[in-house]
Amino acid sequence: MNSTNNALYNYCLRLADNNLILGQRLAEWCSQGPTLEEDLALTNISLDLIGQAESFYEFATTFTEANCTADDLAFLRSEREFVNNVLVEQPNGDFAYTIMKQFLFSTFAKHLYTALANSSNQTICGLATKGLKEVNYHYMHSSQWLIRLGNGTDKSKEKIQFAANDLWCFTKDMFEMNSVDTLLIEQNITINLSTIYTPWKNDIEQVFKIATIDLPTDTNKIIGGIKGIHTEHLGHILCEMQYLQRAHPGAKW
Amino acid sequence: MDNQFSQWEVFIQKKNGAAHEHAGSVHAADKNMALQNARDVYTRRNEGRSIWVVPTDSIVASTIEDEVVFFDPANDKIYRNPNFYKMPKGTTNL
Repeated sequence: MNSTNNALYNYCLRLADNNLILGQRLAEWCSQGPTLEEDLALTNISLDLIGQAESFYEFATTFTEANCTADDLAFLRSEREFVNNVLVEQPNGDFAYTIMKQFLFSTFAKHLYTALANSSNQTICGLATKGLKEVNYHYMHSSQWLIRLGNGTDKSKEKIQFAANDLWCFTKDMFEMNSVDTLLIEQNITINLSTIYTPWKNDIEQVFKIATIDLPTDTNKIIGGIKGIHTEHLGHILCEMQYLQRAHPGAKW
Repeated sequence: MDNQFSQWEVFIQKKNGAAHEHAGSVHAADKNMALQNARDVYTRRNEGRSIWVVPTDSIVASTIEDEVVFFDPANDKIYRNPNFYKMPKGTTNL
């Protein structure tokens, strides 16, 4: 396998893993949503993300000599082989916490996909362009909830501010890069993530201001996702998500 | 149901030029939420291209008690239906 293919394989897994793990997290809300409408909204977003994950896994399989399918990549890799950012694996917490996590990620995805829509790789360009339409809705949905909760009651304000403070240390992981990025940036397949940090931060600041949420001052950073180093929560998600394929290998329905 | 958001009626336009048809209702705290909830509940399978949401309170409806007064007088006035014209040959959708 040549090094570009290897890098593309790894990069597609990153994009896919982020979407799959956040999609799985949102699916945990199914039948638990605060209202029927919001239950559907969260699971709709979940399905969007799982659909994006599937496309990126499919594309990843074209870069590996191992004869594997998108399902194999989702259900038969272990925790250390997942390269999603640590933000998306964090537990749902309460509704405000879930919405804050979604907002922080969707804002990132919006800028990433916008940039990847100019990728020199046609498939990445196509998938990013298609995904951007969905991500823009996720951004709209979560940012409006942020504004609503921030300007709601004392209790909703407290919960959304707590979520911002608590999740802040995981956001830096989204902008981490390694040799995979170096190689793909050289070929204009992907972008230097530091170029979307400021636009990301500007969006966050703008929405927080309207929502009267204080920008967190936490300088801690918890990183490691792209190296396969995760918080304790990812193992539990995989345990539940992969159970069926692990217990009954090759089971179909 | 004191803790529910207020109710909104949802109208969906299926294709360009078609009328917005009543699809159902949603609960929402404000108009943006109503529009998004309507999108999520009623257009997940590509059922529409435009949505209207209207606060249910803003709809003025006739009542069942009015039914006789409102609609019965039209029952025996067959001449109000254009049934007595000859259809031009070849016209199928008039």
